[in-house]
Amino acid sequence: MKKKILQADNPVTEVHDLTVTYDRKPVLWDIDLTLPKGSVIGVMGPNGAGKSTLIKAMMGLLPLASGYVKMFDEKLDDVREQVSYVPQRGTVDWDFPALVKDVVLMGRYSKIGLFKRPRQSDKEIAMDCLRKVNMEAFAERQISQLSGGQQQRVFLARALAQHADLYFMDEPFVGVDMATEKAIVDLLQEMSAKGKTVVVVHHDLQTARQYFDWIVLLNTRLVASGPTKEVLTDELLAETYGGKLTLLNEVSQEIKNKEFPNREE
Amino acid sequence: MEALLEFLSFQDPSVRMVTLGAVILTASSALVGSFTFLKKKALIGDAVAHAVLPGVCLAFLLSGEKNPLLLIIGAFITGWLSLNIIDFVTNESKIKEDTAIALVLSVFFGFGILLLTFIQHGDYAEQSGLDHFLFGQAASLVGEDLIIFLSVGLLLIALILLFFKELTLISFDRQFAQTSGLPVKWLELLLTSMTVLAVVIGIQAVGVVLMAAMLITPPAAARYWTDYLPRMVLLAAIFGAFSGFSGALISYVSPAMPTGPWIVMVATTIALLSILFAPARGIIFKMKRQQENQLKILTENILKSFYHLGQKHQDMKHRYSFDEIHSIRPSIPKPRLKKGLRVLEKEGFLRKKENSYRLSAEGTEKGKRVVKLHRLWEVYLTEYLYLDPDHVHDSAETMEHVITPELEKKLEEMLNYPDRDPHDEEIPYT
Repeated sequence: MKKKILQADNPVTEVHDLTVTYDRKPVLWDIDLTLPKGSVIGVMGPNGAGKSTLIKAMMGLLPLASGYVKMFDEKLDDVREQVSYVPQRGTVDWDFPALVKDVVLMGRYSKIGLFKRPRQSDKEIAMDCLRKVNMEAFAERQISQLSGGQQQRVFLARALAQHADLYFMDEPFVGVDMATEKAIVDLLQEMSAKGKTVVVVHHDLQTARQYFDWIVLLNTRLVASGPTKEVLTDELLAETYGGKLTLLNEVSQEIKNKEFPNREE
Repeated sequence: MEALLEFLSFQDPSVRMVTLGAVILTASSALVGSFTFLKKKALIGDAVAHAVLPGVCLAFLLSGEKNPLLLIIGAFITGWLSLNIIDFVTNESKIKEDTAIALVLSVFFGFGILLLTFIQHGDYAEQSGLDHFLFGQAASLVGEDLIIFLSVGLLLIALILLFFKELTLISFDRQFAQTSGLPVKWLELLLTSMTVLAVVIGIQAVGVVLMAAMLITPPAAARYWTDYLPRMVLLAAIFGAFSGFSGALISYVSPAMPTGPWIVMVATTIALLSILFAPARGIIFKMKRQQENQLKILTENILKSFYHLGQKHQDMKHRYSFDEIHSIRPSIPKPRLKKGLRVLEKEGFLRKKENSYRLSAEGTEKGKRVVKLHRLWEVYLTEYLYLDPDHVHDSAETMEHVITPELEKKLEEMLNYPDRDPHDEEIPYT
């Protein structure tokens, strides 16, 4: 069996027939999956498999060539308040003039609303979230002084401050120290115990079994989606990480070079 | 001189108006520019500034009069159009943003100059002063024009204050802003429009050619002084306002002079001073810190040598002549060694009598600490990084000066207070 896509019993999000292209070249083909509520979910696959692309597309950061995404059975725009996104640490300029507590407070902006200043309650929530990631001592620090692990914790605190129910995190374990990785994993497990769902882009197979309840294996197309035990098999991993889809790549390249549409209009 | 005093007395109401105008215009463009700067879109300001010229000229050609409102509308249309063309070219072709900016900027400016030349050679009664748009003339900020420009400037300041938190978020982390449901597209459109408006009103004082400097130089200078965004933006506004003030002054003292270049010179001087003298980030400060580090290394090395000598003589209070000290550390040039000894004596770590020196009680403690840190670090490298004992000395020579008391405590606890270093030398504790 080269493919194993299981459906979640109580889906929190549904991806239907999703295709994403960069410069016409498809980087994700026909992804179709559901993810279970209250679990820690790992999105795994080799470099360039489209892991980050998948969660960005789900978060509406990329245009979809086809398909749709539903969260809590609604369109994302109707449930934004319940969904939180943690971008890759490297996507922002850490030399930006801001203090740690200012960045965490950004997680409250959509709740505060336009024109208004953060209320005392927002500031308390921000401090509380910093405490959860063990960074309260750094609240007044300038963000350029943080280490990689500390930056990641600040991003996490900002996401926590959004008080969402579904979290998407892009490579939160890249370039962080062991202590931070452990702290983040503990936090994720704590969150799922409270019924929150966390989707994490990850690429270390060694730790996957231990960290995740549910795993999505991806390599341009969806190879597997299901409970960790059923999905992390040698066969499915070989399918994800091994066999190159050379023909698929060549066809994609052709679409790009000849500027074909991805779907007939 | 007399003109200068006359200006500074602010007796003349037109002086007051011109100054007020120049200050508000430059301050508001510095405010808007702060966010363009933080979004790393500095060149965009330059493109808009050049692209408003054809708009100004077209508005004049079509209406035949120099109505400030019409000129603003014309400038706004072409400025805004240029930005959209840059976006379109970048998104829809293989041309990268920097190239697109250069292309659009030159073609708009070229077209503007063509129109301007056409107007100047034509038969337009009201055309005088239109060329001020090239390099600015603060003195032309009078009457009805001024009221309109001032209102736009105040509107910009109000918008920046109203949207401060949202503009901050889209400048720092656009993706997060988008996913948390902020109307990012709309906010970016707002910032773009504000940039165009800041340019449009700023060109009266500064001119299209140099307007980009008014958007970018004040925030770039302000960034040197603070890490706190509201303070940075405020400082940028103050720097901008001060440059505008000087422009008004120049315009009054020497009416034939274009104001733009002067305003830019003042702003650039502020930026240069900031780069040199700002605390923490400034060049002078960094040089001073390096010098302090050098002095710390020098004096600590001297104390360490005294400590080693004292151990050899089994007498920490033993006196040594300058030449004896120099023979232990011949690599230090004599004048430098003299300076180190002088500092140590002044700080109470050494006692000098005639031409010889001995350690004070404080000096003994400090020398001992440096030796301890050196040896602890050697233990750390052998135990935790598995380096060979003959590879650890050089690193320890530096680290002994770097390790803070907090790190010292951690190191001691981690290594569990070892007695001996990898070379079997005793580690001295107090």
